[in-house]
Amino acid sequence: MSHDASLTNRNFKVVGTRVPRPDGVDKVTGRARYGADATAPGQLVGMILRSPHAHALIRSIDTSKAEALPGVKAVITSADLPDKVNGRRDLLDILENCMARGRALYDGHAVAAVAAIDAETAKQALKLIKIDYKVLPHVTDVDEAMQEGAPIVQPWVRTAGGDPNKETNVSQISEFGHGDVEAGFAEADVVIERSYKTEQTHQGYIEPHACLASVGPDGQGELWVTTQGHYTFRNQCAELLGMEIAKLKVTSSEIGGGFGGKTHVWMEPVALALSRKANRPVKLVMTRDEVFRATGPTCSTSIDVKIGVKRDGRITGAKAVLRYQDGAFPGIWGMLGAMTSWACYDLPNVKSIAYDVLVNRPKVAAYRAPSAPMAAFAVESTMDIVAGAIGMDPVDFRLLNAAKEGTRASYGPTYGPIGIRATLEAVKNHPQMKVKLKPNQGRGMACGFWFNFGGQTCATVNIGVDGTINVSVGTVDVGGSRASLSLIAAEELGVPYETVKCTIADTASLGHNDTTEGSRGTFSSGMAIIFACRNAIEELRNRAAKTWDIPVQDVHWQDGQAVALGIQHSNLQPLTLAQIAAKSPRTGGPIAGHNEVVADGAGVSFASHICDVEVDPETGATRVLRYAVIQDAGRAIHPDYVEGQFQGAAAQGIGWALNEEYIYGKDGRLQNPGFLDYRIPVCSDLPFIDTQILEIPNPGHPYGIRGVGETSIVPPLAAIGNAVSNAVGVRLTHVPMSPPRILKAIKAERSLAGDRRVSAG
Amino acid sequence: MRYEAPTSTKDAVTLLSRAKGSAFVLAGGSDLLVRMKGGFIEPDLVVDIKRIPALQEIRKTSTGFRIGAAVPCAAMGEHAGLRKAWPGVVEAANLIGSDQIQSRCTVAGNLCNASPAADSVPALVAAKAKAVIAGPKGRRTVPVEKVPAGPGRTTLGKGEFVEAILLPLPKGKTGDAYLRFTPRTEMDIAVCSAGVCLKLGRGGVIEEARVALGAVAPTVVLVPAAAKAIVGTKLDEAALAALTAACEAACAPIDDKRGTVEFRTEVAGVLARRAAKIAYQRAGG
Amino acid sequence: MAGVHVSTTINGDPVEFVCQPAEVLLDVLRNRVGLTGAKEGCGTGDCGACSVTLDGRLVCACLVLGAEADGRAITTVEGLASGGRLHPLQEKFIEHAALQCGVCTPGFLVAAKALLDRNPDPTVEQIRYALAGNLCRCTGYDKIVRAVQAAAAELATDAAQAGKSGKSKKTRKQTAA
Repeated sequence: MSHDASLTNRNFKVVGTRVPRPDGVDKVTGRARYGADATAPGQLVGMILRSPHAHALIRSIDTSKAEALPGVKAVITSADLPDKVNGRRDLLDILENCMARGRALYDGHAVAAVAAIDAETAKQALKLIKIDYKVLPHVTDVDEAMQEGAPIVQPWVRTAGGDPNKETNVSQISEFGHGDVEAGFAEADVVIERSYKTEQTHQGYIEPHACLASVGPDGQGELWVTTQGHYTFRNQCAELLGMEIAKLKVTSSEIGGGFGGKTHVWMEPVALALSRKANRPVKLVMTRDEVFRATGPTCSTSIDVKIGVKRDGRITGAKAVLRYQDGAFPGIWGMLGAMTSWACYDLPNVKSIAYDVLVNRPKVAAYRAPSAPMAAFAVESTMDIVAGAIGMDPVDFRLLNAAKEGTRASYGPTYGPIGIRATLEAVKNHPQMKVKLKPNQGRGMACGFWFNFGGQTCATVNIGVDGTINVSVGTVDVGGSRASLSLIAAEELGVPYETVKCTIADTASLGHNDTTEGSRGTFSSGMAIIFACRNAIEELRNRAAKTWDIPVQDVHWQDGQAVALGIQHSNLQPLTLAQIAAKSPRTGGPIAGHNEVVADGAGVSFASHICDVEVDPETGATRVLRYAVIQDAGRAIHPDYVEGQFQGAAAQGIGWALNEEYIYGKDGRLQNPGFLDYRIPVCSDLPFIDTQILEIPNPGHPYGIRGVGETSIVPPLAAIGNAVSNAVGVRLTHVPMSPPRILKAIKAERSLAGDRRVSAG
Repeated sequence: MRYEAPTSTKDAVTLLSRAKGSAFVLAGGSDLLVRMKGGFIEPDLVVDIKRIPALQEIRKTSTGFRIGAAVPCAAMGEHAGLRKAWPGVVEAANLIGSDQIQSRCTVAGNLCNASPAADSVPALVAAKAKAVIAGPKGRRTVPVEKVPAGPGRTTLGKGEFVEAILLPLPKGKTGDAYLRFTPRTEMDIAVCSAGVCLKLGRGGVIEEARVALGAVAPTVVLVPAAAKAIVGTKLDEAALAALTAACEAACAPIDDKRGTVEFRTEVAGVLARRAAKIAYQRAGG
Repeated sequence: MAGVHVSTTINGDPVEFVCQPAEVLLDVLRNRVGLTGAKEGCGTGDCGACSVTLDGRLVCACLVLGAEADGRAITTVEGLASGGRLHPLQEKFIEHAALQCGVCTPGFLVAAKALLDRNPDPTVEQIRYALAGNLCRCTGYDKIVRAVQAAAAELATDAAQAGKSGKSKKTRKQTAA
């Protein structure tokens, strides 16, 4: 849907102001309740027993001793979670991930669970469960998993559209592009081809998964849970457990970070099943170790990139082959990598081929612009190499090839108005570009793209008799969206921000809302609120017309009040929203507005980043000195939280680029499931992160909003790689660019240079 | 598990020596509680030594400093006299963990946890620190490097615990320094580390030296060859190169999630060189 | 297992509880005392979400036994505001959008207060290192550091004004004398 440009370009009164967030006081006083902060009378403590093996047959499980332990109220295994979905593979995969069904598929895979009167008893009970495992060969590396003879992770998996008789770890092969890429390379003056690897990273939200589940023998249940999508959780849990959707009420707690990791269920069906069996509420909270081992990190990858270019800088051909591991269950992550890989550029001949590959690692979940950062690392690193090869400035090279309105994207659609060129122009003019660098310091830049999503959305606007406004939405507030959504309602109704109270409704109070993912929270709920407000305004006009006893078409809504139009009504004083609301009990009852919508029209988003680093050539340690994010927000509803999204995404990208990685041992077990050795950036690791918000309105939204949450995690890997290359003259092709990898590359380069000197001499 | 908080060393020793099953001393708890939480140990008895008054203070004596086993590392940083005398030791102690950990962790605990990567230990070894061990047979004093026996193992007998760490008074123109390598600026375990203590003689010539390396062997290692490489020099480039080579030669690390053999060996040499320069400067060279 | 009886002070109030000997203070606060402001992010002292002060020193409540609290004084995030007024750090965190999901916020506030109590005028670097034990995954720390700077400035202004009014009183007294 396209919206009136005069609306998207209009001057806003409250949108764009930096108001205090409505949940601020609760969150600074410790009053806000997160997943683990709820209690219920008679609640039990749930705990999960997990596989210590990367891949093993479960020959038998003996729970009798655990069941006999005083204080244990329920013990469950996959036998208590029968197939209620008629073999629907996508749902069965989720269920099997929640509890192994005959085979443990990765280190940390749940195999049994208990509910007991306290944590101590639950812990003892787990120890009493005896499992007879037969350890099977495993594979954790994506390239190894694709080789002939590799251990097969899921015997039922076949490559989609491939040989129906051949067991494989490749679940699908996806291809995107247009033109003739081979002809493009033939036409090129310079062709550069490089291979890259990126290690697996985790979203690293500070709040572990936690829920409080209660199911009675009447088949009714409640779930309090930290989630990005309580409607999705409700639907999945109900389907997996054979419950009726309307009879499971899910309330989303305050969420302590998600970044994609809390978009689908991990242990919530287990908590519900325990509660059903024990007939008591069960609280289940993951430890940090469980979060790392048994929730959904993002993929590790192996990517080849080839770019052909004319001496004048025009790219004639671009190709990427991407191999993404999805963990132990089929996913679409490689496909997304292929779709995003070339999205920044206007290319005549382009091709991306992606392999989605199974390995014995946890099921991969979304992580902020999922799959795009790795592809961008490969593409944007190669872009710098190509620019260097033809002696062109890397920003100019990108500008020359950047996509624009009307460009056919490599993944299919034709772009509307987009911001990639604007972000690149802003890079050229950014003051950081003029800061002089010292020895061992380097500057790099890179671009990033993300689609953004819309999806199913509902909103209700209720006007109180005192003229204050309740806004109910169903998209979970992951980072301040209640403030933004309140601003939108205030703008649309013409009332002060302070009079609006925005609440995240439980699943019984609103229709279905898709999960807060794909940067859709403010985009889609903002859209539904605007329509719901317009709905309410119509009713407000009706009531004013009724009060004045004039035709409703003569009543206009302006600056939060009803105005009677026309000279014949000039004696009528405008009625404010509060005045109309006060009369509402006598003019027809409560005034409300509703909207249910599929929020189409999400606008793609682009970002360009600049990064200055200093590398210690004797240790390989890299310090980020300066960092700047430039991103198109469409329209920044609450600039503070837009900047916050940019900064947080960049920080996650910086951590990914430098130090974060899943380290598996030869035994296929995760070696670093904790915040000590999974090294997310600490406060002293980072500089202030400069931000520039560009506003190129999205014609697909009444206020011009684009999603802002994800795109800025995409450029940092390559921006840092390019900066490191410019600092110490070595090209890192393996992320994270940890000190040992950088030092090794520097030493290799030194000995190469030595060889060159020797041969030259 | 039983929790006891005795108020005298004697009572603590009695509790520890009479304990049936596994008994652990709780000082700061920043290692012990993590091991308990992870299920790596299940103590039958935990003896909290923080209620023993003498163990809670840093005392300056005629021969040096006595740091009670319950003194948190933060308090070492707050002690001006200790900071002035042994800046390297204090910096090393203050590098352990965050401010939160600093409020709890102790150098005695750091020593007895017996991790080869313990931050305070190379600096203590370089400074010739001693450990006062209380036990059923009374007290004994040993050089700190004699306490760890291997990763997670100590030479302490049943009923024994470290009551205090002794540091001598620095003699003449003495300077010490400690450096570690971590991928992050904070909140990391040393991938490798180096503690250096130097005493200068006339004309800035190094008269005595002690060089200790961390996380490159099963225990912190004192490297006499590295000391020898710089004694008699003014820490010129040749001496530094010899120091680096001696350190690299002394490394026998492992490959693990925190670092590779190659990386640890090379960077240990770099750190020793850099620490030596700082120590030299502090000694007035 | 016999429980341990503990008498302690939490946010200025006398509190008694019985806990298991191996139970950590964080679990006691959250499950027995009903103070859920301190969060468990890791349970191993690596994230700082459970930061509280113990006899004035900043600690991770997950690395303290409940039994150790006997006779000591604990302050949690719930004890930062006085009466109806937020602490300047709390105000500045809201004003500067220094929180997104907010789960790390209680720990940051307690840690930042511990910093400003001992160093009222910290440099950016001092702030960053003092807060290095508190992980935040949402903000990139930028707005948190700025909020702490702003709170330090406000506290300094308050102190200066208090000093001035104190001084002027003194002056008046001296004049009177």
